[in-house]
Amino acid sequence: MDTLAARDQWVNHVHPLVKFIVTLCYIAAVVSFSKYDIVGLAGMAVYPVAVFILSENSFLDSVRRLRFVLPLVCLVGICNPLFDKSTVMLGGMAVSAGILSMAALIMKGVFALMASYLLIATTPAETLCCAFRMLHIPRILVTQFLLTYRYITVLLEEAERITQAYALRAPGQKGVHFKVWGSLAGQLLLRSMDRAEEVYESMQLRGYRGDFGYMRERLSFRWQDGAYLIFWLGVILLFRVVPVVSVVGSIV
Amino acid sequence: MHMADALVSPAVAGTLYVCSAAAAAYSVKQVRMDADTKKVPVMGVMGAFVFAAQMINFTIPGTGSSGHLCGGLLLSALLGPYAGFLTMIGVLMIQCLLFADGGLLALGCNIWNMAFYGCFVGTLLIWRPMMRKGMSRAKITAASVTGCVLTLQLGAFSVVLETLASGVTELPFGAFAAVLQPIHLAIGLVEGLITAAVLVFVYEARPELLDSPDRETREGRFSFRTTMVVLGAAAVVIAGLLSLTASSLPDGLEWSMERVAGSAELDGAGSVYQAAGSIQEATSLLPDYGWKGSESAAGTAFSGIVGCAAVVALCVGACWLFRFFRKKKQYE
Repeated sequence: MDTLAARDQWVNHVHPLVKFIVTLCYIAAVVSFSKYDIVGLAGMAVYPVAVFILSENSFLDSVRRLRFVLPLVCLVGICNPLFDKSTVMLGGMAVSAGILSMAALIMKGVFALMASYLLIATTPAETLCCAFRMLHIPRILVTQFLLTYRYITVLLEEAERITQAYALRAPGQKGVHFKVWGSLAGQLLLRSMDRAEEVYESMQLRGYRGDFGYMRERLSFRWQDGAYLIFWLGVILLFRVVPVVSVVGSIV
Repeated sequence: MHMADALVSPAVAGTLYVCSAAAAAYSVKQVRMDADTKKVPVMGVMGAFVFAAQMINFTIPGTGSSGHLCGGLLLSALLGPYAGFLTMIGVLMIQCLLFADGGLLALGCNIWNMAFYGCFVGTLLIWRPMMRKGMSRAKITAASVTGCVLTLQLGAFSVVLETLASGVTELPFGAFAAVLQPIHLAIGLVEGLITAAVLVFVYEARPELLDSPDRETREGRFSFRTTMVVLGAAAVVIAGLLSLTASSLPDGLEWSMERVAGSAELDGAGSVYQAAGSIQEATSLLPDYGWKGSESAAGTAFSGIVGCAAVVALCVGACWLFRFFRKKKQYE
């Protein structure tokens, strides 16, 4: 994600606060559609489609991320056709309301996920932290977010080494035996605690007194950022209030 | 248990954001009071540890499947409830933004369902009371299993309530709860045992790392003012949000009246009834819990908040009068 966010694309240079606000407004607008309004929801695809093209991000990469979030959405959505057996008129056809609400739920899930993926794929973590600070999210929380983010890779490598060493000593065994649950994860925990001490000492030696600069001086608000914000808020409002898809369809 | 954005309505998401933000603001205040700059790096690394520990597959004997440890309770047992809660928020933010596990709009719900229950309920109501008279392996195991089971049950129940309040599913309350609660009972038991194993190891290797009730004696005690503010905020949230789902069906008295008299409201005959009725009509700002001439949800929510404020004002006024006359009587 860091590599994606660090690319020299036009969208990547938009102010992080602007992108964060647009993303939140977009998700709020998407989830506020009624549960049968799949035609109105379809119009909301305009934002992810446009940003995918502008940022030159891979659509398939974002689809892969759906595997975490879709199971619960599908579990809830799949029950709708079973319990909602009424029919709704859609374009002159009688359609099962349960099927419509299931489709709308899945569309909402996919669109919201794509929007948050596009935010993080075009915004480095440090600049996003800067946006959080501008929103007056407490310093402790933002610093802790950034440190956790930075140390995930370090500790993941350590966990991988431990599990690999265990697997080599216990061939053919799936997972970690319950007799060593405590000592295996506990060793990793104690090492993490020791590492935290080292991290703190090295941060202090580099002048840490409880705060990072968060690059605020390098992030100035340009007129393009304002135009980006107004444009997308206008588009989101338009597609939320006016049934653009139906209107265009009737004209065509 | 991570909720996606599609499962929540903006009203529910906003409400839970406010609740989680209030808990976070209180935690930030508590952690700042520690004035320990070392705590933030430790929180950061421990947050990363929770991710790393998710990578380890703990085999559940006899099933062939695997489980993970419970982050909220583990972090709180090591860092205390407030720092643990803030660390969990960081973990959930990263899961949401980097791993698409949970939605950005539903982040407030996820913080409430997982971090709030895991850190505050699990630690303040279970871990600390059980450790008050000293720690032992058995106590740590019992507290971990009880804490994990209870907090996961509360979290799963909140998922059910939040999804139903958002109106995105046709699943009846009973069926939805019957699916989620037993699954999370099993998950809670397994996570509790794994968390217990890790905490027992830490207790034997480095017991000073574990949180104990005497570490921060001031914590857990609310002043009268804080209690009143929390209760007031809860009342406003409940009145504002839940009044949207207020039943249009008659209440018990109205139902009985309808059965007996054929109408939910009796028409008073006579000039006294008419005069009283016209006074009530003229003075009631929010008839039938809504704006005059308005059937909107916003009107209902507003009337809920105003009603709540009126009841609180009446209650405070009545108590003040009671205290005033009681003191006067004692003085006499």
